[in-house]
Amino acid sequence: MDALRVDLAHRLRGFELEVSLEVGPETLALAGPSGAGKTTLLRAIAGLLRPDRGLVEAGGAVWLDTSRGVDLPPERRSVGLVFQDYALFPHLTVEQNVAFGGRHRVPELLSGLALERLARARPGELSGGERQRVALARALARDPHVLLLDEPLSALDASTRTRVREELGPLLRAQTLPTLLVTHDYLDAAALADRVGVVVEGRIVQVGTPAELAAAPASPFVAEFTGGNVLHGTARPGPRGLTSVTLADGSEIVSTDEGRGSVGVVVYPWEVTLAREAPEDSSQNHVRGPIASVAPVGNRLRVRVGPLVAEVTAASADRLALRLGEPIVASFKATGTRLLPLGHVPGPPPVQVPGRGS
Amino acid sequence: MRRLFPALLAVAAALAAAFLLLPLVALFARVSPGTLVVRAGQGAFRDALVVSLKTSLIAHAIVLGVGTPAAYLLATRRFRGRSLLVGVLELPLVLPPAVAGISLLAAFGANGLLGGTLDALGLRIPFTQAAVVLAVVFVASPFYLRAAIAAFEAVDPRLLEASRTLGAGPGRTFARVALPLAAGGLAAGSSLAWARGLGEFGATLMFAGSLRGVTQTLPLAIYAELNVDYPVALAIGALLVLVSVAVLLVIRLVPSWTRFASIWPTASAASSSR
Repeated sequence: MDALRVDLAHRLRGFELEVSLEVGPETLALAGPSGAGKTTLLRAIAGLLRPDRGLVEAGGAVWLDTSRGVDLPPERRSVGLVFQDYALFPHLTVEQNVAFGGRHRVPELLSGLALERLARARPGELSGGERQRVALARALARDPHVLLLDEPLSALDASTRTRVREELGPLLRAQTLPTLLVTHDYLDAAALADRVGVVVEGRIVQVGTPAELAAAPASPFVAEFTGGNVLHGTARPGPRGLTSVTLADGSEIVSTDEGRGSVGVVVYPWEVTLAREAPEDSSQNHVRGPIASVAPVGNRLRVRVGPLVAEVTAASADRLALRLGEPIVASFKATGTRLLPLGHVPGPPPVQVPGRGS
Repeated sequence: MRRLFPALLAVAAALAAAFLLLPLVALFARVSPGTLVVRAGQGAFRDALVVSLKTSLIAHAIVLGVGTPAAYLLATRRFRGRSLLVGVLELPLVLPPAVAGISLLAAFGANGLLGGTLDALGLRIPFTQAAVVLAVVFVASPFYLRAAIAAFEAVDPRLLEASRTLGAGPGRTFARVALPLAAGGLAAGSSLAWARGLGEFGATLMFAGSLRGVTQTLPLAIYAELNVDYPVALAIGALLVLVSVAVLLVIRLVPSWTRFASIWPTASAASSSR
């Protein structure tokens, strides 16, 4: 299957959408705050919006080339688009909805997405998760060269969201066509996609696997967006080749990373351990404070202590008998921190997203 | 004193109902169903019935055929001067019928704006059945256009976009998505416009005249028979009342029928599931 290549620019309110990316037979998620231009990008690829300038190629065909005046209408672009609220046809049954784009794959898609039982139901009778599967089946029925998903989970309520995310991941991985997904939720992006691009104000500031993003966030924003703690402080060379950072409250943190001046100290929640007393081990940084909040995330707990969020297993939370308001020590190693310049330093330039392995 | 106001409201409502119903009751007190059927098959009544059915159906075909795509365009596209255009289309709604008649004469009459052109083509419109059709289209189409624009505007634009991304061109999207979803509103507007056209009097009289068997429609026949055969005039009136009641029923029942058939359940289902 040929890759999707996109290179376009479009003026939006307040900023310019400027994106260059290539998606192979994989799922690429673009994640970023609402209003970053993600939906505009999908609409431009699908042909529902004409960008100021740009190039879109997919399945070996040119869909858009503003420099040559090429701009195919949506129906001539081999694209499957799953709308944010699914946009199912309310007057058609599930089967008729799926068949709208093409008939030959209907039986296969209905059984593959567990919709056979619902074939004669109308969209109004379906749950959110069922509607999403119908929308996906309908988008795939046309046998598109590219699959686009706009916030596939945001129309679902919190209780079904986790379950649908677990269902959707394998479904997307089973497809062999270039898939581009946009979401404002980093957890959705990390769960559903092979690679994640972080979008801020119309630009992709960093792209990589979820592990790569966590290992080396390009900016404090990326660190925070991917779930990291970012502590602000002033860095100077310290003892034993470490860097000392003085935080706003006067406490000191050491890092194996190099930095000087105004910095953000990045610590991911899974690098933070909790204890009743400061442990005598290689965890060289300690933050003491009362437990401010405890929230379950899957089979783990996110515990907030002062400026830090720690992620611990339910078992160790039981052992510590965590209670709101009780004093606790949050510790993390100097090697578990990353220093990123803060303040007047401009963010990194937008990155071009190459296809994987190309 | 405290009971005075509710009593006043009740008296006003009773007065309004009595005043609006009394003439209709009086009409049916003078026309039995049997005589209505007999009279409808004879003389001026029968001629007018044929003229009315023929002209109003031709006019209605024109209103639907041109009005539906026009309303779809106005509902789905945003362009400069759109609201001005919609306003102009609604003008005939408030125009006095006599003004509609004289305007049509000014446009299509022998000395009218298009009179010379039509004459050169060998066409003469005033005081023919074509004139009746034009008068009916002129006064009735705004009723349909208004309802059709509202019906198409109520169709979620994302459904039209979804159709396009699924490979359907603009024509197929219109036929398979927009038209079925707007059907309820279109049917209601269509009935209203047809009823308005069937009752058209002033513009038809001025532009088409009242020639029995040619341009004399049912309302014109009531006026013509008033001093000739009063019971016939009453019978025609009774028939038009029955048609009006039927149209009201259609307008009331079509939207509830479509909801009952669960063709548009998404809005309520989506709000209840959240």
